Amino acid sequence: MLKEGKNIWEKLKDSNLYKSIFRHSYEDTTKNRALQVRSNIFLHLHPVSVPEHAFKIRFTWCMGGITFFLFLVEAFTGVFLMFYYHPVPEFAYHDMKYLEFDVPFGIILRNIHRWAAHLMVFTIILHMLRVFLAGSYKPPREFNWVVGVVLIVLTFLLSFTGYLLPWDQLSYWAITVAANMMGAAPFIGHEGPFSVVNKYNDIRFVVLGGTEIGANAILRFYVMHIIVLPAAAIIFMAVHFWRIRKDGGISGPL
Amino acid sequence: MKKQKTYVWPDLVFKEFLMIIVLTIILIIWGLIMNAPLREIAAPGRSENPSKAPWYFAGLQELLVYFDPWIAGVMIPVIIAAGLIIIPYADTNPQGKGGYTFSLRRFAVVNFLFGFLLWWALIFIGYFLRGPNWQLYLPWESWETVKETGNHLRSLSPAVGLVCISFYFGLGILLPPLMSIDLYLLYGSLRYIVVMTLILLMYAVPLKILLRLAFNIRYVLVTPWFNI
Repeated sequence: MLKEGKNIWEKLKDSNLYKSIFRHSYEDTTKNRALQVRSNIFLHLHPVSVPEHAFKIRFTWCMGGITFFLFLVEAFTGVFLMFYYHPVPEFAYHDMKYLEFDVPFGIILRNIHRWAAHLMVFTIILHMLRVFLAGSYKPPREFNWVVGVVLIVLTFLLSFTGYLLPWDQLSYWAITVAANMMGAAPFIGHEGPFSVVNKYNDIRFVVLGGTEIGANAILRFYVMHIIVLPAAAIIFMAVHFWRIRKDGGISGPL
Repeated sequence: MKKQKTYVWPDLVFKEFLMIIVLTIILIIWGLIMNAPLREIAAPGRSENPSKAPWYFAGLQELLVYFDPWIAGVMIPVIIAAGLIIIPYADTNPQGKGGYTFSLRRFAVVNFLFGFLLWWALIFIGYFLRGPNWQLYLPWESWETVKETGNHLRSLSPAVGLVCISFYFGLGILLPPLMSIDLYLLYGSLRYIVVMTLILLMYAVPLKILLRLAFNIRYVLVTPWFNI
């Protein structure tokens, strides 16, 4: 029996089907270690080998990787939340209550989405600090630092647009504070210095879709939050990761 | 130049996987023991006192005490973002690439850390130490106690303000090259002026806060169009 089973396994590994999926064996050889990274779409973000110091958490702080992972957590939990959320003032708040009391594991879903978002803002700032302190923005990596700053701004905007969605007092008045600041922008805000616009066509109106925070605002924030900003973040992240490789891999002491 | 290299598979991938598991556990436990905040349903007619921005913007909100909204909420974040983007093009010091060093890049590290810590200090004050009417409440003080609002604030006259500001920026930009030429030569004139202007703008923020707290000065410069 045993011998026969082994034969079946070996036969399977010889089959066209198996070989079409798995391109190389799993033996621990130098060649396979390279192929494991090279022939895997997710792992090929990495080089085949990296310098010793790239393994050290005291050098990388792991903050860039953690921030990326938290983005994936946000996308994953966010999709589940979208099944239960209606971006209209009549429903939004009650959907929060629904998630808390009726949806199985709904409150944990929302909690993880919220806390991971806070954590992401925190870790991306720490990532910037470590890149600065390690001098990793110096040539030839100048432009990747710029892409990183764009990603920080996008993270702030993602977190900020999500803040309105629960439609409670906390979110409503936080967005009010921020929207009023926008209305005070020079030139493009109706209350700012050198204003060239009025209440009905300034930057605040564009962001809120009206003069007050209402149904249009919640819809605009929702669309920005679930598609526009994540799509922008994905594009900039792709450039960010690709540039690390193109600019010579992880920075290190010469 | 040969560097010691190690294969990513399995060593680095293993570490990453471990980090993912640890973070997932942390998030699940965090999500189990702490609920995301949810207050009453939004009521446009009934404002929260205090209304607070999300914590990462609480520092900018804190600046509203000292600056008009167009500076605190618009100019300062825009200048910060622009300043951050400029950093790699402004800092031409080739020392300290890819390694932690303080002695080789004192100027860059000191100024960056100052701004970084200022950002966190403002967030801390705005988020944890501000109560009703944005008055200063220490964590153990009850928000029930009513605090007196408003000292009598005064502004500098336009002429004095203009002199003060020109003096601050003029001296800040001219003094370092007069005292030692190093910095100026290192950067080149245009780069030097941009870097010094940004750094002086950064230090102007805590300076204005000090002026307000120590001398009750509301505006340094009053003009018909805007006040600073």
